[in-house]
Formats: sequence, structure tokens, C-alpha cells
Amino acid sequence: MGGRVLLIEDEPNIIEAIRYILTRDGWTVDTHSDGATAMDAIHRKKPDGIILDVMLPNRSGYDILADLRGSQETAALPVLMLTARGQTKDRELAERYGVSRFMTKPFSNDEVLASVRDLVPR
Amino acid sequence: MPRSALTGSRIRARRMDLGIRQTQLAEDCGISASYLNLIEHNRRRIGGKLLVDIARTLDVEVSALSHGADEALLQELRSAAEAVGDTDAQDRAEEFAGRFPDWARVLVGQARRVASLEQAVETLSDRVAHDPFLSASLHDILSTAAAIRSTSAILAEEKDVDPAWQARFHRNLHEDSRRLADASRALASYLDAGGDTSKVVLSPQEEVQAWLERIDFRLEAVESGGDVADDILISDESLGSDASRALARDYLRTYRSDAARMPEGAFCEVLAEHGPDPAVLEATFAAGYPAVFRRIAALAPSAGLPSVGLVVCDGSGTLVFRKPAEGFPLPLFGSACPLWPLFQALSRPATPMRHLLEIAGRVPRRFLGYAYGEPSRPMGFDGPQLMRSYMLVLPAPTTDEAVPPTLVGTSCRICPRPDCPARRELSVIGVAE
Repeated sequence: MGGRVLLIEDEPNIIEAIRYILTRDGWTVDTHSDGATAMDAIHRKKPDGIILDVMLPNRSGYDILADLRGSQETAALPVLMLTARGQTKDRELAERYGVSRFMTKPFSNDEVLASVRDLVPR
Repeated sequence: MPRSALTGSRIRARRMDLGIRQTQLAEDCGISASYLNLIEHNRRRIGGKLLVDIARTLDVEVSALSHGADEALLQELRSAAEAVGDTDAQDRAEEFAGRFPDWARVLVGQARRVASLEQAVETLSDRVAHDPFLSASLHDILSTAAAIRSTSAILAEEKDVDPAWQARFHRNLHEDSRRLADASRALASYLDAGGDTSKVVLSPQEEVQAWLERIDFRLEAVESGGDVADDILISDESLGSDASRALARDYLRTYRSDAARMPEGAFCEVLAEHGPDPAVLEATFAAGYPAVFRRIAALAPSAGLPSVGLVVCDGSGTLVFRKPAEGFPLPLFGSACPLWPLFQALSRPATPMRHLLEIAGRVPRRFLGYAYGEPSRPMGFDGPQLMRSYMLVLPAPTTDEAVPPTLVGTSCRICPRPDCPARRELSVIGVAE
């Protein structure tokens, strides 16, 4: 049995696909689509790891990541960041905020699965 | 080498241009060839009658030998050499200009051309990087491609996919492939339409915009109370023209005035207590709504506020100031959404307005738009009345979600709302269904 993963992403068909492959691999997957309330969802769901999109409605993934790293409770939580912007400065920004891994769209299912298996404790 | 010491070099250059032997010139001027040789190699100072005699013999003005090339040309030559890091060439700029004035002008012309082209490339790169349509369109395409890739991989590689899930994934693929086709077509159409690169030279407004973005619309030197001259504050390479520097001075003047009336410390205290409420801030400082809007926009990061936008237009509706808020993109070219309160304020001068705005996008986002139209008569009663409208854009607090929002976009060209009554041109991206 895998751990609990919270997928914070606003693209419904990406949500369905990632949820499907992770669930098939034994992970429990919760989803959330709004940036402004993402921190509430994280505290409520208490995931073992997070897949976080950068461009979310109402709040960016970078801001959420900064909050996560600033809180003792969530500072060490593994975060896999997904973005359509793969420029060096975006990657540097994510690393400065403390991302665990950074992945640019379009990614493959195998990459996502391998990253979750690698980062998130089962 | 000091400039005055190079008279000898110019004498030598002129003599050689005329094909006169050193001994001949020395004889004509009544000096020894060895002495002339020392002069020509700048090892003896020269002036007075001898310089006049040599100039007459070489058929040039005395000043052409004593002053050489004009200072402006020399400065540009030195700048050209500095740009490629050649210090030897910088030191020998005067000698070069003195000996080859025509070629010096050609070189300076080429250096100007290179600088202009570099600026054009930078401008184009900047436009590509900041164009809200390109950014949104590429994000859309890559997100859709990601969805298609993931979904198709499940169907192709996973075994025993439940028939209900199969049907669902097929439907998703159909939706996404259609969306990808629409987005790709729209992007191609947009790029075709924007293929004209003739207008790449920055306008003064664009130069000022680049400068303001570089300093994050904030002048630390003014905030810290330092007595720094305007010329130093605007000594930025992006302000390359007199017109842009004049606009930057206007910005500085206004910024200084706002900062004097609403010092950062006192302003942030009120912000901390009441939040970014322009009405409270105006009541506290009595500086007028436009000044309060400007101050909130300038102090947002230091006051711990989220991304705050400020847009200003003149009476024609032309945007004259653009500070975008995150998620509320502002058009780089063409006209903005006519439904913005910014434009409504033009017809209701001196009336503070506040609207909950929902900006179009694949995921709509809500903002509070505070607008205020300010009339002025800079030429007195007999001059025309001018209008300037201001709109402050703040992320909407969740408590306002029950209020019906005003549906707005960035500009018609990239707005997906299908039934907007204010639409003036077709959108180049797929409209929402």
C-alpha cells in the first residue's frame, strides 16, 4: 500500500490521468485545484507528498511552496513541481524555494510515477 | 596619453597623407629633420609660430592639428572600443580619429548600428517573454499536450483498463486533441499577424516601462530619504532617449511627491491595520485617490501585500502606465478590455469606483478593481480639460465571492468570452463554449 499523495493541479484531464496511474500503483490520491485554498487542503489531507502545478488559479505554486517550506509541519514534505515553463530561471526559482523535484510539461507517466516512488515514503 | 600631446601624431598623419617627406617638411619650416621627428612622435611639445608654419605648409587649420577630432566622435570611438573590451584601442582613439577621420566616422556609425540592433533583439526577446497571449497560449498547448501524453500512454500501455475508464479517457483525448488543434491554429495565426518586425525600436514609453520593471516600480533611494539627484536615479541603460528620460523624470517627480505626502513607515502602519483599502488610506493622508493608488502599487512588496497592479490611461483610453498584477495580464499592444472600470471612470470623473472583476481565462480569477478618473486643466480655465484614469488591481478576498463579478478580459484579441457585448474584434484564440 502506497502513501497519500495530494495532486494540486487545475487541468482536469491531467488530474484524471495522474490520479489513475498513481492509484493503480497503490497510492492514495487526493486532488485540489485552487491555489488560494491549497494550504488548507494540505493541512486537512496531511499527504505524504505533493504534486504541485506552478500556474494555479488565485495563487501560484511558488507561493504555496514557500509557505510549505516556511512551516515546521510541512517543511520536509516532498514536493514534485509540474510546470509548462521550463526555463532555467523557473527551475532556479523552484530550487530556491526548496522544491524536491521539478518536471516540465509534457511529462511522461513513467517520469511522474518514478519521481513519486523516489520521493514519497510508502 | 593626454590629448595635447598628440599634435605630433596629427602632423605626421597629415604629412604622410600628402606624401611629403619628413626632411622636406622640416626644411620648409626651418627646423632639423631630427627635431621634426621628435615632434611627430609627441616627444617635443609644439605651439606658437612653428605650429602655424607647419599648418600652413600642410595646408590645414592650426586647430585641426592642435585639437584633432571632435570630442563627441572621440567619446563614441572610445565607447565602441570599450564595448568590445579593447583598452588599447580606447587609448589610441584620438590618434585613430586624427589620422583617419572618415573611417572613424564609419566605425562610429557601425557601432551605433550594432547598439541599435542589439536593442531591437533585446526588445523582441522582452516582448516574447512578456507577451501575455504567447505566455497563455504556450501554457495552454503544453498543458494539453501533457494531458494527451498521459492519457494516451495509459490507453496504449496499461493492461486491463476498466471499460468505463477507457471510455472516459477516449473522451478526454478527443477533447484535448481538439483543444490542442485550436490552440495551435490560434498561435500560428497570432505569430503570422505579428511577423512585422519593423517596429522594434523602443518607444519612449516602452523604455520607461523596461526601466520601471527593472526597478520593480520602486525607488529605494527615495524611500530611504537619501538626497539623490534625478540624473543619478534615472541613469539606467534602458532610458536611451531624451524623451524617455523626460518621462522618467515625470515619474520621479510624482513618486517623490507621493512619498513626501505618504511616508513609507506611516503608510505601511495604516496598511497593516486596515489592509489595502484606498478609502481608509485616502481619509488618513488626504493625498487623493490617484496618489494612494500609486503608493499602494509602489509599496506592495515592502508592505507584505500580494502582487498589486496599477493601470493608468489618458482621456483617449491609451494606456500610459502598466504595472501588471499576477494573473491580471495587461496588453502590450492594442487596446485593453473596454469593460475595465478604468474606462468607466473616464465618464464619471472624480467618482471612486470599486468592482469585483473576474478575468477570463481557462481558470477565471477574481480581483478587486478600484478606479478613479481625475480631470485637470494644466492651461487654466481657457485650456482644454484633460482626463487621466487610474485603476488599482488587487487579488479579491474570498469574502467577496458572493458578489456577482464584472466579467472582463485582457483585450478582445485574446479574450475567450463568446458573448461579450463589448467585443470589437474577433479573438485569435478559441472561445469558451
